[in-house]
Amino acid sequence: MDAAHRLTLPTITFDAAGVGVATPAGTRVILEPTTLTLTEQRIGVIGANGSGKSTLARLVNGLVAATTGRVLVDGVDVARHGSAVRRTVGFVFTDPAAQLVMPTCLEDVELSLRRREKDARRRHQLALAVLQRHDLGDHADASVHTLSGGQKQLLALAGVLAVDPAIVVADEPTTLLDLANTRRVADLLLGLDQQLVLVTHDLDLARRCDRVLVVEDARVRFDGPAEAAVDDYLASVAR
Amino acid sequence: MSGAGLVGVYQPGTSLLHRLPVGAKLGGLAAFSLAIVLVRSMPAAWVFLAAALGLALLARIRLITLARAARTVLLLAVFVGALQWWWYGRDKAVETFVDLVALSVAAVVVSATTPVNAMLDALIRWIGPLRRVGVDPDRVALTIGLAIQALPGTVALAIETRDAARARGVRHPRAFLTPFVIRVVARAHETGDALHARGLGDDDGMTY
Repeated sequence: MDAAHRLTLPTITFDAAGVGVATPAGTRVILEPTTLTLTEQRIGVIGANGSGKSTLARLVNGLVAATTGRVLVDGVDVARHGSAVRRTVGFVFTDPAAQLVMPTCLEDVELSLRRREKDARRRHQLALAVLQRHDLGDHADASVHTLSGGQKQLLALAGVLAVDPAIVVADEPTTLLDLANTRRVADLLLGLDQQLVLVTHDLDLARRCDRVLVVEDARVRFDGPAEAAVDDYLASVAR
Repeated sequence: MSGAGLVGVYQPGTSLLHRLPVGAKLGGLAAFSLAIVLVRSMPAAWVFLAAALGLALLARIRLITLARAARTVLLLAVFVGALQWWWYGRDKAVETFVDLVALSVAAVVVSATTPVNAMLDALIRWIGPLRRVGVDPDRVALTIGLAIQALPGTVALAIETRDAARARGVRHPRAFLTPFVIRVVARAHETGDALHARGLGDDDGMTY
């Protein structure tokens, strides 16, 4: 699928999907069985620490498996066809240091491109173009450890977007960033043609989404337009 | 951050050594190492060192990179040299010391002129035939790449953890070691998740 000509957005379906972990004290519920159909372009997920937001996001690409029910991306079961789903769902982590696995910027982007471009020279050119698109061209041969936090997150994003996923899931992508970099990463994410699932504590970013889920105590307590969702979250904290 | 050792030594360039295929460079390094170990004479040791330094010059490696990368090996060489002086006398000790320095310079030359991805590509090609006996070359290459990359990250975690212990005024080694080990394992889990998310290491159709 080509991002520039994507006409229809994918559909993410939660079919009574829930996650629980067995502990000596019994099953601890991380996410209550949840049923949702997500078709909007920009979907925000907000809520307290430990409420289940990340788990909900990770269900979409199978990083976490549902222990009850199932999650479907465009009708494909994430649990059964994990690797096929992960080819269409890109994932951005909070800490880019964990996501960047190769020594230099160029090599990290090349790693993403290995699956789609077999020829080393063409892969090299493609990766350079990706870096230039994200203003990282000057850092192509620099160690990923020499980048600033903002540049690292941009590089992580570049690596994810390089393979043109249909859905981008971002788990608190701006939590570690300063204001300028937060704006930059947010503008990039919210301006994508792709469908975006954005987990965030930044309510300004949540307000820019088309639909926002408020997660509390392992369940979705509110699901609706951004302003109403943010108001609901603020009210739940003030209580 | 410092202390990355041999990691991130690569210097982009266009010298003859940069353009040589990886196989030629690694093969050359292997032959050079063998020669150094087999030829036992003082003049030969100096010739080897001169050759290694000549290659470094040819590859236009900055002196600071060379010094930094060879530092750890140098310390070891001094230690080994001192032991040999004690056991076998001065000549043997100096020869061993010069040999070790020549070896480490040659190794730095290869690391500084070869991107990690090029080494991985070559490695995948070489161990390709092992696929028939059940070895997945892609996985082996990825593992090596990860190990190289993990070093600076782990050093950073160690420094952070040490600073955290200091900030709280704790001096006991356990206050450093326990959280450090836990954080390294946590980082490994995160990296695993990240690889998974990028579709690397998926069982069906892993084409890395």
